[in-house]
Amino acid sequence: MSVTYIDAIRDAQETLLREDPRVFLYGQDISKFGGAFKATKGLAEAFPGRVLDSPISEDAMIGMAVGAAIEGMRPIVEMQFADFSSIAFNQIVNQAATHYYRTGVPVPLTVRLPSGGTPGSGPFHSQSMEAIYAHYPGLVVVTPATVADAYHMLIESVRLDDPVIYCEHKFLYRWLKAPRINGDGLPIGKARITRPGKHATVVAYSAMVHEAVRAAERLKDEGGWEIEVVDLRSVKPLDIDTVLASIARTGRLLALGEAFPWGGVTAEVVARVCAEGFHLLDAPPRRLNSRDTPVPYHPKLWAAHRPTPESICLALRELLSF
Amino acid sequence: MPETEEAQRTRVDLDRDYVRDVFRAMLKARLLEAKLSSLYKAGKIVGGVYLGKGQEAVSAALGASLIQGRDIFAALIRDQAGRTAFGEPLLDCTRTYLGSVLGPMKGRDGNIHRGRPREGMPAMISHLGAEVSVVGGMLMARRLKGELGGVVGATCVGDGATSTGAFHEGINMAAVERLPLVVIVSNNQFAYSTPNDRQFACVDLLDRAKGYGVGGHSVDGTDLLACADVIGRAVRLAREGGGPQMVVARLLRLSGHGEHDDGSYVPGTMRDSHLGRDCLENGIVHMIEQGFATVDEIERWKNRFTEEVQAAVAQAQQEPTPDPWDEDWRACSSEPGGGI
Repeated sequence: MSVTYIDAIRDAQETLLREDPRVFLYGQDISKFGGAFKATKGLAEAFPGRVLDSPISEDAMIGMAVGAAIEGMRPIVEMQFADFSSIAFNQIVNQAATHYYRTGVPVPLTVRLPSGGTPGSGPFHSQSMEAIYAHYPGLVVVTPATVADAYHMLIESVRLDDPVIYCEHKFLYRWLKAPRINGDGLPIGKARITRPGKHATVVAYSAMVHEAVRAAERLKDEGGWEIEVVDLRSVKPLDIDTVLASIARTGRLLALGEAFPWGGVTAEVVARVCAEGFHLLDAPPRRLNSRDTPVPYHPKLWAAHRPTPESICLALRELLSF
Repeated sequence: MPETEEAQRTRVDLDRDYVRDVFRAMLKARLLEAKLSSLYKAGKIVGGVYLGKGQEAVSAALGASLIQGRDIFAALIRDQAGRTAFGEPLLDCTRTYLGSVLGPMKGRDGNIHRGRPREGMPAMISHLGAEVSVVGGMLMARRLKGELGGVVGATCVGDGATSTGAFHEGINMAAVERLPLVVIVSNNQFAYSTPNDRQFACVDLLDRAKGYGVGGHSVDGTDLLACADVIGRAVRLAREGGGPQMVVARLLRLSGHGEHDDGSYVPGTMRDSHLGRDCLENGIVHMIEQGFATVDEIERWKNRFTEEVQAAVAQAQQEPTPDPWDEDWRACSSEPGGGI
């Protein structure tokens, strides 16, 4: 038996529904159908009246969740795809994110965003929205990369009193497996050293953590390079202390993300490292993101659009040779 | 005006205390807003001042139909009268406009963007139509908690908001869930300066109620007794399980969009038409003629409310304003990992 990343998300929701009567799920096709990705399979039957199908109204879905949260509930909203949260953007960044600051009343809602690219998904079912939401004060943005994090961070997200954007990577849904859900107890806001090393640090999150590890293994085989991989786990809060401590060991930084290249998480990491740890750097920090086009449909184009172990290795070789 | 005729027919049924509540809230709001306008013009208020002049009957009829402590009222930009009728203290208004740190928004937000969400008064954002689904969510929560019985949630929008996706999504969702939601559309003919004919192409916004599958009501917003009747009935229908209700009120905003705006785009002929009637002046006549209040009573109320307004302004003016050094500058209530 093994647990997949999507199993972990489903199981976390089951745990939450079982343990907390304030929790309910709202989203398109999530009730009897079990969701487009089956993240809520069987939950409607197990928890009658608490797993509710919504109309195709992303704005109203989040507005509804804000209202319910004001009244003391803990809604989990499933966006069918992260890309469609653009329709809910106003309610997320203006209603949910500003609410605690404006009124003193926190809105504990969790928005699940099935994020990132998969082959053939194309421009509107592949986006990574974390940087957009991290930009706004009042939101917590998490990007679990492991099965255990998918489970524990969803539980923790729902228990937080603030709105959480939970970015779950679709590429990991069924590919990523673990024998069981183990946790190391790291809270949201703490990064993890996924792989220790001493020659360079790759700061990554979500699915890119796994691509970074693959690249690190290649460089280990290729030239004995020991690449440290830091998994940010949450992009907001961003655990810059763990990043700086890693760079203090390695002296070199590659910030890696699947999102579009302008601005975003990798730019934030580089900016903070330069501002707070310039003296730790032995080489100019590098960023590697997707290309600056919409996410293409064809698998060959898609594979060349996002960072891959090959392009990560290339970036690391240049970083190491400086 | 068929609605007015309908209201005429049922006026005998109007609850005397309810009508008096509506009227008093209209009067108090008008006096308060006149003061706010003066303060704005004297440079004492930073940011915009947005009045509900001409819309008090609609707003107060809604506010007075709702039960504070049980119901939900998401007031919008022109709802001073409804807020007052619902039970919002005058100090919430004056403190927010004048930037008192003791107000519900502590200087973090201003003017009409105020509320007490945990007391059934969500604080509006500027993005129109966005409160419809929020009220829907508050009602959903009550349903999930088994506390929906006898509860009504209400919000107001203008003609402009009916063009937004948020309005459409929100009212459709409420209809799907058959929530006890009342949405008042105050068609004051202009969204800021944009007239109805550049806002929508349907003959009557009321037709949309049918499209959404919600109850539809039309009312002459300049007529206090008609508003009390029709809006009171819509709230009652929602409360009794009739599902969402939409009320379209026809009226004219008797001020600019804000006090910075002279409203010069409103044609004189429209101002002089039935739409341009002042619901308060007209209401005073009706109150007296129909025996809901006497001239002396109204005079006494006016004097008392003037004093209350003065006191609320004076108190807010004497209170401390926010100190940036005391502000905690936190947008999250929890700080996982110790901050951003």
